[in-house]
Amino acid sequence: MSKHLTDFILHLADSTLILGQRNGEWCGHGPVLEQDIAITNITLDLIGQARSLYQYAAKLINEVSKLSESEVPPAEGFKAASEDTLAYLRTEREFKNFLLVEQPNSDWGQTILRQFLFSTWQYYLYQQLKEKGSDTTLAAIAEKSLKEISYHVRWSGEWVIRLGDGTAESKKRMAHAIQELWPYTGELFLPAPYEKVAEVDFDKLKPAWFKKVSDVFNEATLLVPQHVYMHTGGKTGTHTEHLGYMLAELQYMQRSFPGCEW
Amino acid sequence: MIKRETETGAEAKIWSALETIPDPEIPVLSIVDLGIVRKVSITENGEPAITITATYTGCPAMDMIAIEIRMKLAATGYKQVTLINAISPAWTTDWMSEEGKQKLKEYGIAPPNSKQQVCDQNLFAEADAVQCPQCNSYNTYRISEFGSTACKALYQCNNCKEPFDYFKCH
Repeated sequence: MSKHLTDFILHLADSTLILGQRNGEWCGHGPVLEQDIAITNITLDLIGQARSLYQYAAKLINEVSKLSESEVPPAEGFKAASEDTLAYLRTEREFKNFLLVEQPNSDWGQTILRQFLFSTWQYYLYQQLKEKGSDTTLAAIAEKSLKEISYHVRWSGEWVIRLGDGTAESKKRMAHAIQELWPYTGELFLPAPYEKVAEVDFDKLKPAWFKKVSDVFNEATLLVPQHVYMHTGGKTGTHTEHLGYMLAELQYMQRSFPGCEW
Repeated sequence: MIKRETETGAEAKIWSALETIPDPEIPVLSIVDLGIVRKVSITENGEPAITITATYTGCPAMDMIAIEIRMKLAATGYKQVTLINAISPAWTTDWMSEEGKQKLKEYGIAPPNSKQQVCDQNLFAEADAVQCPQCNSYNTYRISEFGSTACKALYQCNNCKEPFDYFKCH
C-alpha cells in the first residue's frame, strides 16, 4: 500500500478534524440557540468523517507494518496505529490540513465563510472520489459524507448571502472575512505530491468550486478578490502559528497520559 | 426496511432480540426499526456476526449501540459476537420501517418524508411540507435545519403552535 495514499487520506482527515475542532469552539457561544446547534451539528459530522478516514488510514498503516515487519511503533502505550494515535500523537509538521481550516474563528461571518469555502471544496472533491470509485473504501466514505456535506454547503451558503446582502455592518464584516480568508484558498487547488495517487482532477475541481463560490458572492453582493497572494504549505506540513496551539489543547490528555481511556 | 434473506431459526431469534434494543437517542424506536442493523448471520463456529451502520458519520450513539447488542446477545446465550461496522451502502431514512414511522409520530417526532420530495440542493429552497405530529396540520414551518440530534430538524406548527422535531429525510 503506498504511502502516498495514506498521506492523501490523512490530508482529508486532518482538514475535517481541525475544522471540527475550530467550529467546536462555538459550542455554547453561537449568536442564537438554533445556529449554535447548527454549527455544532456540522462539527459532529466533520469529526465523524475524520474518524472514518483515520480508521481507514490506520488500517492501511497497520497492514504495511505487518508486511514489512518494520519497527513502526505508533507510540508508547499503543500497540498499533489507530484513529486515536493518528489524531492525538502526530506533531504539527505531520498534519496535512489546509491552512484555511486552522485560522481562528474571529466573528460569526468569518466562521461561516470558512465553512462555505471548505464545504464547497469538499463537495466537489468527494463527488470525484465517489464517482471514480477505484478505491472502494474511500468512495464509500465520500458517498456517506456527501449526504452531510450537502446540508453544510446549503446552510453556510445561505448565511454568506444573508450577511453579505444584509445590513451595512454585516456586509462590512463579510467583506473583511473574504479579505482575511481568500489568501488561503489557493492551496485547495495546489496538488501535493501524494495527490497523484488519488487521481484528483484539479482541472475540474477548481472551476466547479470557483463557479459556486462566485455565484453565492454575486447574490450576496460581495466581490470576488482578484490577484491575491496565496499562502501555501499546510498540505505538506508547514503551518501557520495557530495549529500548534490547537494541537496543544487537542492532544494534551493523550500526551500526558498515553493510552488513557474513560 | 431491510429485506431479510431466508433465515435460520437462530438468526430469527437474534433478530427478535435485536428488535427489543431501543435506540439510545430515540428510545421509541428499536435499532432494527431505524435500519441500523443491516445483517445477521451465524459463523461456522456458531457465533453471531451482526452488521451495523451509522445514521450519520458522527452519530455518538454507535458505541452505546454496540455495547447494547453485546449485552443483549450475552443474555440470549451468545458470549462471542462479531460486530461489523459498514459504511456502504450509506444509511437512508428509506430503511426505516413503516411501523417505526408510526411509532415516531405517536412519540411526537414527525417521521421522514419519502425521499422524492426532499433533499433540495438549492439555496433558500422551500422547506419540506411536514405534518405536525400533534394536530396533523401541514401548516408548519422550519425553524432550523439542525435539531437536537444530527438526524433531526426543528419545526413549529402554525395551527397548534407546538414546536416539534422532524426526522429529516437523508
